[in-house]
Amino acid sequence: MSSSSLLPSSTPALHLAVALDGAGWHPAAWREQVSRPRELFTARYWADLVQEAERGLLDFVTIEDGLGPQSSHFTEPDTRTDQVRGRLDAVLIAARVAPLTRHIGLVPTVVATHTEPFHISKAIATLDYVSSGRAGLRVQVSARRNEAAHFGRRTFPALRIEDLDSPEVKELTGDLFDEAADHIEVVRRLWDSWEDDAEIRDVATGRFIDRDKLHYIDFEGRHFSVKGPSITPRPPQGQPVVSALAHQSVPFQLVARSTDIGFVTPHDADQARAVVDEIRAAQAAAGRADEPLHVFGDLVVFLDDDPAAAAARRERLDGLAGYTYTSDARIFTGNPAQLANLLQELQLAGLTGFRLRPGVVGHDLPAITQGLVPELQRRGGFRSEYEADTLRGLLGLTRPANRYAATATV
Amino acid sequence: MPRKQIHLAAHFPGVNNTTVWSDPKAGSHVEFSSFAHFAQTAERAKFDFLFLAEGLRLREQGGEIYDLDVVGRPDTFTILTALAAVTERLGLTGTINSTFNEPYEVARQFASLDHLSDGRAAWNVVTSWDAFTGENFRRGGFLPQDERYSRAKEFLTTASELFDSWHGDEIVADRASGTFLRDAQAGAFVHQGQHFDISGQFNVPRSPQGRPVIFQAGDSDEGREFAASSADAIFSRYSALKEGQAFYTDVKGRLARHGRTPDQLLILPAATFVLGESDAEAAELAREVRRQQVSGATAIKHLEFVWNRDLSGYDPDGPLPDIDPDLGEHTIARGRAQVRMYRDPLATAREWRERAAANKWSIRDLVIETGNRQSFVGSPATVAETIDDFVQADAADGFILVPHITPGGLDVFADTVVPLLQERGVYRTEYEGSTLRDHLGLTEPSALEAGTRRVAS
Repeated sequence: MSSSSLLPSSTPALHLAVALDGAGWHPAAWREQVSRPRELFTARYWADLVQEAERGLLDFVTIEDGLGPQSSHFTEPDTRTDQVRGRLDAVLIAARVAPLTRHIGLVPTVVATHTEPFHISKAIATLDYVSSGRAGLRVQVSARRNEAAHFGRRTFPALRIEDLDSPEVKELTGDLFDEAADHIEVVRRLWDSWEDDAEIRDVATGRFIDRDKLHYIDFEGRHFSVKGPSITPRPPQGQPVVSALAHQSVPFQLVARSTDIGFVTPHDADQARAVVDEIRAAQAAAGRADEPLHVFGDLVVFLDDDPAAAAARRERLDGLAGYTYTSDARIFTGNPAQLANLLQELQLAGLTGFRLRPGVVGHDLPAITQGLVPELQRRGGFRSEYEADTLRGLLGLTRPANRYAATATV
Repeated sequence: MPRKQIHLAAHFPGVNNTTVWSDPKAGSHVEFSSFAHFAQTAERAKFDFLFLAEGLRLREQGGEIYDLDVVGRPDTFTILTALAAVTERLGLTGTINSTFNEPYEVARQFASLDHLSDGRAAWNVVTSWDAFTGENFRRGGFLPQDERYSRAKEFLTTASELFDSWHGDEIVADRASGTFLRDAQAGAFVHQGQHFDISGQFNVPRSPQGRPVIFQAGDSDEGREFAASSADAIFSRYSALKEGQAFYTDVKGRLARHGRTPDQLLILPAATFVLGESDAEAAELAREVRRQQVSGATAIKHLEFVWNRDLSGYDPDGPLPDIDPDLGEHTIARGRAQVRMYRDPLATAREWRERAAANKWSIRDLVIETGNRQSFVGSPATVAETIDDFVQADAADGFILVPHITPGGLDVFADTVVPLLQERGVYRTEYEGSTLRDHLGLTEPSALEAGTRRVAS
């Protein structure tokens, strides 16, 4: 699968996304002069970011979200006042920028643990309509006690990061990811619950729809049962793109069984190879070996033409934050050529694309679109124009057949 | 006394037989271009807002998905937020159910819509309890019917506590001192009640309107009381003069008991219209539209709402059934609010038989005459005058217009009636403000009031 021959010219173009989160991923990003901290809750701010990403021909943007305030703590809320707190609903941010963009994919975060799959399915289907086929979603789980208390339906135990491998925590996370898998299953079945040609507008018989082409999904699971069909017709892409971030075996299983893109966090090529091997094995075990499944590497980036400037910037931001910023993903500091080298090395290890998390979005997003992208283009490693009108098209995914269609349509 | 200014709004044609899909001019009811066209027409006509209804389960009749009307619609929040990108002033009103949602999530979505539209969000709060719709949701059909308003009230109270949990001055964003938030407890809330026991921190800062404008649509005594206590506007179904005046007097009369003044609650009935060059032409056109809206098959299905029986063997062009309605639990039509309108099916059936016999009406004629009379029919001059008269006579504060063609059915009203209302001096020629509250003449809920309403912090 991952050839060890170093022939970049023979590798296919890589895919590139950016992960948008407030003023950027560094906790002090909002304090930079280039940042716009008072505009984080405005449409103009998000439109500007996504339009910049589209100028750089990126495949898609993801938009972070959560059902509680951001926190510097692993599982509990904090009391900090020196970092960005508060955010808008990510699906609605995506909907707001959809009519202002034409090619770029829009992938908001959705928390499966506390939301209704019926609502999420029609929301993403509608995002697909308003963007003419550019919608996706990134599914997340939440074991945070404070977020569960916002809904009052369930309680979770206090978690400490050092207990991650304890049997209790493993059982809890296993349960949450099983629920997320059910959530995705319901969302996907609902997208297919209308066949593409269900709307017939047959004046002669007075029938608007052919009801035989609408389907109950009859899902019954441990956390919810959903009857269907959706109230929203099948979206333009048929199945919008489903993605998830994964750090260990349980979520790798979710990625392998249920998604179109997994975001992973290897810190070097060997780790990347290992992660990709595990996901590909799980994919084959799930009977999906023939289906395209992207594995994107996540990287936090501080990008400047002068590598020393990037390192100094990160250091200065750490100083402002009062601690050294760390991340689940590898943190890259350097120039576009160095980053292009790293991405191509990781691509050879089996990754098909990258989701870059800009350290300071006002600085590092334009550095990606105006620095990294031209560098990759020079190497023949990235598109020079958008080659498709849908997100599935950009990712090389065909429009899937409907699981409920009685016979394959010709 | 100055003449009252008229409020106008536009209801995107819904999934019912008011919407004529068989007309060659009828376009998509799902594609974004249809919504954009409709919204931009409403904004060109300086309407207060666009209105979207919602239903969370496809309707069924006789055990099958109902296929005679338009079926399918987009997600309310998503489509309204997308419309904020192609309009600048138009209010965006969404119907959102208080039974199959959670306050924290709905409050986030409305606060986000209000931010992303610069203060144009409104929420039509509806309730439902049926297990039929519940089959699509985690919570299922858990709510006893008599608790639906108690849950709706508590849902709205809880959501308001969340909206008010930020006062608007928390974000400092001072780079030099490194202070983003003035107060680490911004958004803190505690709500303990019969239906919700939740606490924590709301994570959307206070939006331009503070809270979305609140609509209510229920017509029962409980529904009217709910509106009088908590709503900014009512979406009513009384567009005729006398019924409209009675409803108007009743509801406005309830406000004082809740410490509110008559101008704090707008009454906006849904209204259909047909326009023609002349009154005669409009009347003829309206008759044709009604025949399109009520086919023979549709007429039989509507009769079943009252009879609660399979009437498929009856001829829609023949007389009404001799048999009486089945008075058992209503099982024939599911997912429809209007079956509840017929509280005494035997009496309704008797009355309808008498009217049909007296007028020599067939089943189809009767369904047309009892259900599908358009509110305003006439030349633009006639319709403008009638609407003005109704508002000045306190039958309404304005109307939510429901065209029968998607998406172009509003165009002719915008082009012909609106200029006449403007000439009469009863309708704006430009938007005076930028938020929906501005358009409706409502004051923003003050932070002080908000503070006193908080349960705890």
